[in-house]
Amino acid sequence: MVDDTTIDPVADQVLDGNAVAGILAVAFGAEMTAVPGECAHCGTINVVAAMRAYVRAPGTVLRCPACDGVVLRIVETPTGTLVDVRGVAWLRFERA
Amino acid sequence: MASPIAWRLATVTGVRDETPTVRSFTLSIPDWAGHRAGQHVDLRLTAADGYSVERSYSIASEPERLREIDLTVERIEDGEVSPFLHDVVVPGDRIEVRGPIGGYFVWEASGAMATEPLFLVAGGSGVVPLMAMLRHRARTGAHNPARLLFSSRHLEEVIYREELDRLAAAGDGLEVAHTLTRSQPPGWMGFARRIDDRMIGEVLAPLGSGARSFICGPTALVEVAANTLVRIGLPADRVRTERFGPTGT
Repeated sequence: MVDDTTIDPVADQVLDGNAVAGILAVAFGAEMTAVPGECAHCGTINVVAAMRAYVRAPGTVLRCPACDGVVLRIVETPTGTLVDVRGVAWLRFERA
Repeated sequence: MASPIAWRLATVTGVRDETPTVRSFTLSIPDWAGHRAGQHVDLRLTAADGYSVERSYSIASEPERLREIDLTVERIEDGEVSPFLHDVVVPGDRIEVRGPIGGYFVWEASGAMATEPLFLVAGGSGVVPLMAMLRHRARTGAHNPARLLFSSRHLEEVIYREELDRLAAAGDGLEVAHTLTRSQPPGWMGFARRIDDRMIGEVLAPLGSGARSFICGPTALVEVAANTLVRIGLPADRVRTERFGPTGT
């Protein structure tokens, strides 16, 4: 039985950008969840928090909520962090 | 002041039960620079052999409490971190944390947000970051109209039940609507089903479509609530969502 409080082991594999905010902050050196970015596949603009996060793969994958295209991939290794940005057209950082 | 994204040692200074499966931990962090309501921390456990595991937990306490934070953690049976926190951690233990993290799922009692109607929707332990917002709202004396729609399975699983009752009785514009999806005590006056369009419409109605909304819970609940709010006419950029799942265990 599914409730509003039940964590579904399949559907809830898909989180959102909030869940990987710490990893993103390390990778980019900035708070990222409120940062808007354009999907390079379909042109939809979303803040990172609204992107779909797949966190159980080796590394972290963020997908566009509109077209499901891969926007960002982040892989942490013992020696560094790899950020694959091919799926993002741009990210806009506000000046503090 | 340490960088927010640097790992630092926090000392557990308090542990208390919220429900049979949910427990709150107070962490003392001497150089904590403060947080905003809705933010979270990453927590890291490292075994003697070097294996380490990280999880994100929302901060439950209001920013007005200095140099310490509360985390509220649901025990997930097959989890790696939450059973350790529940079964092993006692006051005096030290745990690595980094944060505060996040800037999107945040409500502050300042500027326009302090006066705009506030609509919060929670499923289970998704109430935790929303509780930080409500505690912050109470501490700052905000009087903006506010509603929390909170879904739990059984009455005894309602996290922060007594504190929510007290906050709602304060007469400062907050009302709390509960729904119990599996069992209801005799004479239950609240909702008794999963959150749906009609329920959201009913609880939201007094706030109007100018409300700012925060939704936190399992993905299915978040999708239903967010889609409903946008359909009702709330601008999408005023409906903020945070999903949690088994990786948050």
